[in-house]
Amino acid sequence: MTSARRRVLAATAAATAAIALAACGSSGTTAAPAGSSGAPAVSGTVTVFAAASLKGSFTELGKKFEAAYPGTKVTFNFGGSSTLAQSIVGGAPADVFAAASPATMKTVTDAKAATGDPAVFVRNTLEIAVPKGNPKHIAGLKDLTGVKTALCAKEVPCGAAADKALDAAGVKLTPVTLEQDVKGALTKVELGEVDASLVYRTDVKADAAKIDGVEFPEAASAVNDYPIAALARAGNADGAAAFVGYIRSADARKLLAEAGFQTP
Amino acid sequence: MTPSARTRRAGSRVPPLALLLPALLGLAFLVLPLVGLLVRAPWSALPEQLASPEVWEALRLSLISATAATAVSMVLGVPLAWLLARTEMPGRRLIRALVTLPLVLPPVVGGVALLLVLGRNGIVGRWLDSAFGLTLPFTTAGVVVAEAFVAMPFLVISVEGALRAADPRYEEAAATLGASRLTAFRRVTLPLVAPGIGAGAVLAWARALGEFGATITFAGNFPGRTQTMPLAVYLAMESEPEAAIALSLVLLAVSITVLAALRGRWTGS
Repeated sequence: MTSARRRVLAATAAATAAIALAACGSSGTTAAPAGSSGAPAVSGTVTVFAAASLKGSFTELGKKFEAAYPGTKVTFNFGGSSTLAQSIVGGAPADVFAAASPATMKTVTDAKAATGDPAVFVRNTLEIAVPKGNPKHIAGLKDLTGVKTALCAKEVPCGAAADKALDAAGVKLTPVTLEQDVKGALTKVELGEVDASLVYRTDVKADAAKIDGVEFPEAASAVNDYPIAALARAGNADGAAAFVGYIRSADARKLLAEAGFQTP
Repeated sequence: MTPSARTRRAGSRVPPLALLLPALLGLAFLVLPLVGLLVRAPWSALPEQLASPEVWEALRLSLISATAATAVSMVLGVPLAWLLARTEMPGRRLIRALVTLPLVLPPVVGGVALLLVLGRNGIVGRWLDSAFGLTLPFTTAGVVVAEAFVAMPFLVISVEGALRAADPRYEEAAATLGASRLTAFRRVTLPLVAPGIGAGAVLAWARALGEFGATITFAGNFPGRTQTMPLAVYLAMESEPEAAIALSLVLLAVSITVLAALRGRWTGS
């Protein structure tokens, strides 16, 4: 991307964000401060805890946010949603939490650590990740019973979703490993240690140079909602509200859709 | 305080405050987290938490694989320690540095390295797979390999230390009486450094029991096959902190029991 084009994009981002924020402010659905409808008085560092599967798109959105709100800096902590939720409840200094499942967000809302109701901003579905060229000719979930497969552990969102999809397909599977997060499951395919794994569509898309993806119909019954919320103990409450507003803006939605997410 | 007063105090065996205070703080720092585990433990729900077959599967697997890793470490590590302590060879310092590298290497790096060498597409692993149909990742043998990788240096270091402390003249005497070098090693050196081997084995076993990073990277995580206690604890922490605390207690109890039982026997302290 040329720098001129980037500048145009940044300007567009700023404009859309401002409009989105103004819209939110007038309808009163977010915690955006009253003064933010004109020139937003947002500054300082915004610390965002986000699901590992959001890493690519959020890194880019963070840069755009910084461009839209000069004087702000976004720092990310990407990881397994469950781990992040536990550390937020444990008092980790975070302003925003974006989780890969409502269940992990519930850990945070149950502890009264979020402000307002979390909003679902994207959805993600599963795909079968296979090595380039699909050497084992995997066409659907049923084909996974005969090959080495890596799944996510059921304790983490991608594993819970995989369980649901396999149930829906009536497939009983014995994976060789239950990975602690979706990136772990993906890497094992990339290294050729397993023949297939169930990962998010967005992961397949982001890693398209090294792996192929196989869609399957049962994925529809295992759609993961991604909620986002500003946190109650946020050190930068204005920044948190602005970031949540920005992620829900049309501009951010477009970028997330390009990364393979479904936007509500 | 005058110097003479200080000497008197040392003489009366009352530890000086400047030593006692940090010592006690150090003790508290090491012990308090474990106390925290006991305080926060869900005692009433504990029997139920521990009744699940997964817990016992993970514990059984942990004990078996840690013991196997210790055995591997002894079979390969004792000769390696002997090589480092008793022979003159070029590049010995470098070899010693390499041997102790896993001590400071993040275990997960060790796991990555093992995966790249012994994995299905690894340099050695590819050959193992095609020649013997043997793949180590995602198997219990893989767990043992990962644990031995991080645990063996502990054994090598303590055996090498014991060998250096042992007087080589006994071996020389055995040699003058006609014993071969191997016989001298077996009949003289080994008994001489047995306490060192024992202490090293205990250290290696304890390290193997707690191994997490290399195991999950190289051997993956599957209940009954590769899910050891540390992995079970980590995954339980994702969804059920109570269960994680319960599992941690079991691991703590096992470690303390074994260390206490073996320390007295092997190291005489």
